[in-house]
Amino acid sequence: MTLFVQQLANGLALGGIYCLAAIGLTLVFGVLGFPNLAHGALYMLGAYLTFFFLTDVGLPYVVAILAAAVVLAFLGVVLERLVFHPLRNSPHTHHMIATVGVMFFLVAVVQEIWGTGFLRMESPVNGQVSVAGAQVSWQRIIIIVTAVVVLLLLTWFLKRSPHGQAIEAIEQDRTGAALVGINPSMVSMVTFAVSLALVAIAAGLVAPINLLSPGMGDSLSLTVFAIIILGGLGSLPGAIIGGFTIAIAEVMAATYISVGAGEAAIFIILIAVLAIKPTGIFGTVTQR
Amino acid sequence: MTNRLNPRLLGVALIAIALLVAPFALSGQQYLLRVVTTAAIYAIAAYGLNIILGLTGQLSLAHGAFFGVGAYTVGLLTTDYDWSFWTAFLAAIVGTTVLGYVSGLIALRTQGAYFAIFTMALGFLIFIIVVRWESVTHAHSGVSGVKFPENIGPIDFTEPATMYYFVLLFLAGAAYTTHALLHSNAGRSLVAIRTSEDLAKSIGVNVAVSKQLAFTASATIAGLAGGLFASLNGFIGPDSTGIDRTFEMLLFLLIGGLGTVMGPILGSLLVAFLFEMLQDLETYRFIVLGPIIVLLVIFAPRGLIGYLNELVPARFRHRDTTPEPVASTTVSDTTKDGAL
Repeated sequence: MTLFVQQLANGLALGGIYCLAAIGLTLVFGVLGFPNLAHGALYMLGAYLTFFFLTDVGLPYVVAILAAAVVLAFLGVVLERLVFHPLRNSPHTHHMIATVGVMFFLVAVVQEIWGTGFLRMESPVNGQVSVAGAQVSWQRIIIIVTAVVVLLLLTWFLKRSPHGQAIEAIEQDRTGAALVGINPSMVSMVTFAVSLALVAIAAGLVAPINLLSPGMGDSLSLTVFAIIILGGLGSLPGAIIGGFTIAIAEVMAATYISVGAGEAAIFIILIAVLAIKPTGIFGTVTQR
Repeated sequence: MTNRLNPRLLGVALIAIALLVAPFALSGQQYLLRVVTTAAIYAIAAYGLNIILGLTGQLSLAHGAFFGVGAYTVGLLTTDYDWSFWTAFLAAIVGTTVLGYVSGLIALRTQGAYFAIFTMALGFLIFIIVVRWESVTHAHSGVSGVKFPENIGPIDFTEPATMYYFVLLFLAGAAYTTHALLHSNAGRSLVAIRTSEDLAKSIGVNVAVSKQLAFTASATIAGLAGGLFASLNGFIGPDSTGIDRTFEMLLFLLIGGLGTVMGPILGSLLVAFLFEMLQDLETYRFIVLGPIIVLLVIFAPRGLIGYLNELVPARFRHRDTTPEPVASTTVSDTTKDGAL
């Protein structure tokens, strides 16, 4: 039982990370209609930037994460302008290929600056609390709380603020939204900025409990893609439910079966879902 | 038709001659010949990807893994199980065909972005199996001592030039298959699917069967290339199955020209040459190549062959269609059908 509570806490923390990363990805898909294959690389960059601001600049942990989020949000706007805006009339295959190029570039740049080895980021908050007999580290509690707060803020942003409502409008009908005076380019830029800020926060939160390496984005990006496919591309509730489901399944399979089973669990769930419903559980976006 | 020389045929003939005489031109430079042979193997794999991506318009990210499965089948069977190369090679081809067919059954239920992500997950799953199933695949230590093809009569495959011609034979086969496909009803169905799946369906193309065949064929060709690679290289590691392999194939295709007959050859040779030049700058390589991929899809989505085709006078382009309208280049899909 203690082991179960312990692993449930780990699963929830991991789920929080997955949710933040997956929502960013699903937002970009909803607005621009293609999966950003560079998302994992951007996550990795977010972790390294947090490391940089925390260790080299000496900012406090929370400020370091925010600084990384701001830098990545800015990078998102730049990428949208330089890469995806010029491609807006191309087939979506070209967008995906372009994101592959971006991914190669980011991984190579990080390797060049920080080297190919592993980096360890000192956990800014140590200690553990006892929950129902299990020891849960403060870092994991911080992750869960932050994830929930960010999710609430994001829901408010999308449902109540003009920029967020514009994003939803564009997701529903691009032409219709443009007709009532919403600027699609502006919305694309905002979406990229929000998406990358979210992934930077996810990376900043996870950095103290994982090692940093240029390849750290690879497995995350696959997991996150599995999540948004599972939930249905472009669906926010799908990303949240998918995120926690996959994380808990992964942690439990790894605990009670084997580490390899944890990795495989994701893909077995994914293949099973797609074999039954090829557009995911909450998928409504029609393919063109 | 005029009797004047068709510049496109001339181009194909030039490439063919260059490939045929390469071992003589490079005699004494074993290393360079090996580089060209490896590039030719990658070109075969790129032809595999070309069928599903270039012709059918479905971005499959599992092809690096199919390549790896072919390589590992030959690698493991010729070492641990002491099969001859020929039987192992046949097993690799049959194995990847079956794998491609079965995974196509599920993967092709999805479309567009779902398909791309699903195949990426499939590729990763295969990669995980190779890395984790240590008792069979040797995980990170890889497989070494993979056999060369055994002699057939007087033909000795340990001779680099012989191996090169052996690979070239399959390369020519892959190029010819693509050419024949483009001029057959099956190939035209694929191009119709690329243009619009709904439209293709409405004019009576059996989309499901066509896609299934295209995916299976492309997996077979990738697996075949993998088998050749294992034998030529003598060693394979988990890297051979990774997603980076897929991305490299993508790069070859993009540079050469998606959906063209000569694109994969030209792209692979050119990139192999670039890689050799950038070899000292191991990590810088992708700092240069990443932006090149992005620039290519933005400014030259039709690749080198696409550009060369534009230089060709209209009367040579196609026997049975009217010349393309000039203004339709930006929005339309990657290449005009039948482009060489």
